[in-house]
Amino acid sequence: MTQAQNVLEKTPLVEVHKRLGAKLIEFGGWLMPVQYSSIIEEHKAVRNAAGLFDLSHMGEIEVSGPQALEFLQYATTNDVSKLEVGQAHYTFMLYPDGGIVDDLIIYRQADRYLLVVNASNAQKDLLWLQETHTLKGSDISVRDRSWATALISIQGPKALEILKPHVDVDLDEIAYYHFTQGKVNGVAGLIARTGYTGEDGFELFVPRAQAEKTWDLLMEAGKDQGLVPVGLGARDTLRLEAKMALYGNDIDGSTNPLDAGLGWAVKLDKPMDFCGKRALLPVKQNGPKRKLVGFEVKDRGIARHGYPVAKDGQMVGKVTSGAPSPTLGKNIGLAYVPIESSAIGTELEVIIRDKAFKIEVVKTPFYTRPGKAKKAPAAKEAAAPAKEPKEAKDKEKK
Amino acid sequence: MDFPGDLKYSKEHEWVRLEGDVAVIGITEFAQDELGDIVYVEQPKVGDTVSQNEQFGVVESVKTVSDLYSPVSGEVVEVNDEVSSSPELINKEPYGTGWIIKVKTSDAAELANLLSADDYKSMVGQ
Repeated sequence: MTQAQNVLEKTPLVEVHKRLGAKLIEFGGWLMPVQYSSIIEEHKAVRNAAGLFDLSHMGEIEVSGPQALEFLQYATTNDVSKLEVGQAHYTFMLYPDGGIVDDLIIYRQADRYLLVVNASNAQKDLLWLQETHTLKGSDISVRDRSWATALISIQGPKALEILKPHVDVDLDEIAYYHFTQGKVNGVAGLIARTGYTGEDGFELFVPRAQAEKTWDLLMEAGKDQGLVPVGLGARDTLRLEAKMALYGNDIDGSTNPLDAGLGWAVKLDKPMDFCGKRALLPVKQNGPKRKLVGFEVKDRGIARHGYPVAKDGQMVGKVTSGAPSPTLGKNIGLAYVPIESSAIGTELEVIIRDKAFKIEVVKTPFYTRPGKAKKAPAAKEAAAPAKEPKEAKDKEKK
Repeated sequence: MDFPGDLKYSKEHEWVRLEGDVAVIGITEFAQDELGDIVYVEQPKVGDTVSQNEQFGVVESVKTVSDLYSPVSGEVVEVNDEVSSSPELINKEPYGTGWIIKVKTSDAAELANLLSADDYKSMVGQ
């Protein structure tokens, strides 16, 4: 690890993290804070007050040009034509076989689209976009803005109240999965109501050089309301409770969005063909053979990524994510299981160090924030609504 | 960070406090700090035998799983049930209420293989 650290990318906030006592680890080629005080404390702070996250490792790719819309309709699964200026959506880039290149959020700006992608996939995504674009011969430009862009996220029930006095826009006017151009303490950037925690919150895209100033001011502004810096450790447990998928764990090149239960971000009926569509049509028609389900471990034991899942002694699947849930006080996880073993209430086993532990398939998300109305199942397949869409299924990227 | 001088240390980050021929065993402050919030401990049973440098249990933090290696050989005479129900004791008092097992040592000469506080401290770069 010492050797690898020499070549790791550093966000503009790495010295700030050190000053705050963070434990730094390699993540997706970047040197990132995994925790400052304690994963459990940071997790609870986000659920009860607010947390500040450095997400500057995320990849930002700008796509513009006369055929940008047409190109993105081919390159991604959601219906980009439905996006208004100032609106964002969760979507996928797929390989021709339906496997996932990456999951991402597309933000529609007046003259361009901003694609926010996973840090560990950013280079792969750029190459894939460029190759796909060459094949299609579209008149577009693809620019990597990852290094120049810092991304700071403030999440939690107090996020709005903390941020409000420091921005020149009305935050209440920004609906979930919408964004606007604005200034944070005089620094111009994008202010988006997106997140990856299951809480209300905002993500601030600011120039790299302004990151430290923005971070320090927000930390100071929020400290009386319980704002704490939050590392990747709590980010993972927060997103797991909200059942938001993590690329490399729950989804990857060998899984497709329908198996993962993320078909709502795949518009098979949009007017244009998209890469991977042909492979997904039969899955849609016949129904997926396996499903990503949430489970609780009934015995004492923590299921982790890669652990086998068994039914009556027969291996039937694998855990993709698992952790103790600080909010629920239970050990929870996600696993791909055959469709016939995916019903809520199904009892299965997870194999931890050669021993079988009972698990039960449960309803997800594991956690829904108080006051947030659950959407009726019928809403799932509806076209993207303009305001407050299906939150638990949308996501910001890790 | 604390490295009590009256303890012996293993390269695998366990400590030993000798009480007669019984070795009290736990993990070091450095180890608990590296692991973060400890949420689960798997211990052997009283009467089990453990061997020096061999695995005797597991500790899990929110993020990781870590094997425990016995710094001595012998028979387990007591396990700390408190850390089983409250694993966070290992974070709070790694050298006190966070002890993990007690072993009646079978070979006193083995203790020579362990590190002093100063040697362990320099090994972990403190």
